[in-house]
Amino acid sequence: MSAEPLLEARSLHVRFRGRGGLVARAVDGVDLEVRRGEVLALVGESGCGKTTLARALLGLERPAEGEVRFEGAPIRYDQRFLRSYRRQVQLVFQDPTGALNPRQTVYEAVAEGIRIQRLPGDEEERVARALARSGLRPPERFASLYPYELSGGQRQRVVIAGAMALEPAVLVADEPVSSLDASVRGEILALMLELVREAGVTILVVTHDLGLAWTVADRIAVMYLGRIVEEGPAEELLARPRHPYTRALLSVVPEVAGMEPQLLVGEAPDPARIPSGCRFHPRCPLLASGEAARLGIEERCRTEDLGLAPVRGAAAGHHAACHAL
Amino acid sequence: MTAPLLRVRDLRVTYRGERGIVPAVRGVSFELDEGETLGLAGESGCGKSTVANALLRLLPRGTEVSGEVLLDGEDVLAMKPGRLRAVRWTEVAIVFQGALHSLNPVQRIGGQIAEAIELHDREADARARVAELLELVGIPARRAADFPHQLSGGQRQRVLIALALACTPRLLVADEPTTALDVTVQAQVLELLERLQRELGLSMLFITHDLATLSYVCRRTAVMYAGRIVEEGPSEDVFRRAAHPYAAALAAAFPVIGDPSFRKRPAGLSGDPPDPRALPSGCPFHPRCPVAEPECARVEVELWPAGEARRAACVRVLGGRS
Repeated sequence: MSAEPLLEARSLHVRFRGRGGLVARAVDGVDLEVRRGEVLALVGESGCGKTTLARALLGLERPAEGEVRFEGAPIRYDQRFLRSYRRQVQLVFQDPTGALNPRQTVYEAVAEGIRIQRLPGDEEERVARALARSGLRPPERFASLYPYELSGGQRQRVVIAGAMALEPAVLVADEPVSSLDASVRGEILALMLELVREAGVTILVVTHDLGLAWTVADRIAVMYLGRIVEEGPAEELLARPRHPYTRALLSVVPEVAGMEPQLLVGEAPDPARIPSGCRFHPRCPLLASGEAARLGIEERCRTEDLGLAPVRGAAAGHHAACHAL
Repeated sequence: MTAPLLRVRDLRVTYRGERGIVPAVRGVSFELDEGETLGLAGESGCGKSTVANALLRLLPRGTEVSGEVLLDGEDVLAMKPGRLRAVRWTEVAIVFQGALHSLNPVQRIGGQIAEAIELHDREADARARVAELLELVGIPARRAADFPHQLSGGQRQRVLIALALACTPRLLVADEPTTALDVTVQAQVLELLERLQRELGLSMLFITHDLATLSYVCRRTAVMYAGRIVEEGPSEDVFRRAAHPYAAALAAAFPVIGDPSFRKRPAGLSGDPPDPRALPSGCPFHPRCPVAEPECARVEVELWPAGEARRAACVRVLGGRS
């Protein structure tokens, strides 16, 4: 893994026209680097903007402000550019059953992208290589099968093979295992790690599942209401979370032993009504407990918006957006 | 020792429909004491929701059900319709999976709860009771005038819990009550269920695929696979030190955050849970089992003692090899 950013969001804003004419700021000023050869987990709850951010990184949403950069240059939104870009940065769908056409064989499903991209060389060879690489071996045994003849895990492998057939630099996997039965998830996660190790692919995994992030990610970025509120090396961030939102999130995950559960009040507000100051302040346990007042930062929490900054006394690369840090 | 509140004995449920004959539950037995919590875990198709529905005879017409569901010693499966109606809600209530859609969108939530109360007790002061129930589940009583769409996902789930508690049942069956909710909201609802269970002395049967959640909410957990319970014991033991290889694999799907042994080492099983219409021979788990032995393809063992207050259905436990 190198520190070189392969895919980047810079001051990225994506807005939607919301209910009642309000503007939803789904992505509200995000700076994020996906580094070559790493697995980055983008973690957050529903409505936090993580899927919109991923779509913007894929070139599927046009930012209102800021830019997406790939290999050091901003991406463009003309058809020509996007077609070659999508070969490089591939989306893996969350539900393999929905993503596969039931009337298409495994071969056809995997070959489709190759045809759309008009990749040179022998199609059969590319398909066979992608299937083998995705753990469907020997490939000829699977090529003529239909989705209903496969297990859920095998279907997800076909979807991944379809992406891998284009030899992309980056896979963006949005909840890649959430539609699979729990006992099957591990093999797909293992495959993803194998692709990083053996095919040199970089993975951005978008998930609500911190356990998944702990299992596969090198680095983690936590998103809340359109912003990254904390990011850092996975071990450091999950073992020593600093942002009160990350801490609360971790404290209520049953897979974490020994943390006093910290229940947040209410639910995340609508991205059309992002609170002033620190966007987390209305739910922040530091304010509710009076800790923020004791630290003399309460006023700033309520009025002063803030971005990520290095966390004092933490490992390199551990950043958080909190007035208390 | 007093008799358990709920005693399920050799419950078998077979669906007959367009999809053929589906033996969804193949001999399930368990007990639940007054004030106790039992988790029923397993993946899609394992029969856990069928068990929940069978407890209150909420299965489609034509479904074959055998065995006994003894509620305070009285067999629910043998009850006359009038008695069954009385037992539903007042003795046993269910909070369903995907329940966010089961509220009537055009009726105020207070009205919906009041309806359930009045159905069983015409004398009741429904209005006061609605207010009391809403406050109990952490929703201000004034919200009784709201329509479901005015509430958040977590609040709607709370309303459904209030609805289930309308007639002060003794047993609450919660079928994936938090699955559709976000982690922080899920935590709020779990905390609520735990508090209600404690304060009202409710018995609770909590059904989910999420073993980690069960270890947090329920004292005991039973794991189902292919229509049977394959392991049962104190939740913490089942989750951390499973005796049955399937329960162990399911537990491994919920990594312990902070435990380095889970880092970059995802564990999983290949293949899918079996189709109940075409179960493998012998132990139905044997084709996916990492430690299967030749005899596993031939024999399906019963639940067998596997340590203190624990049972597991595996030849390795039987032979003391686990």
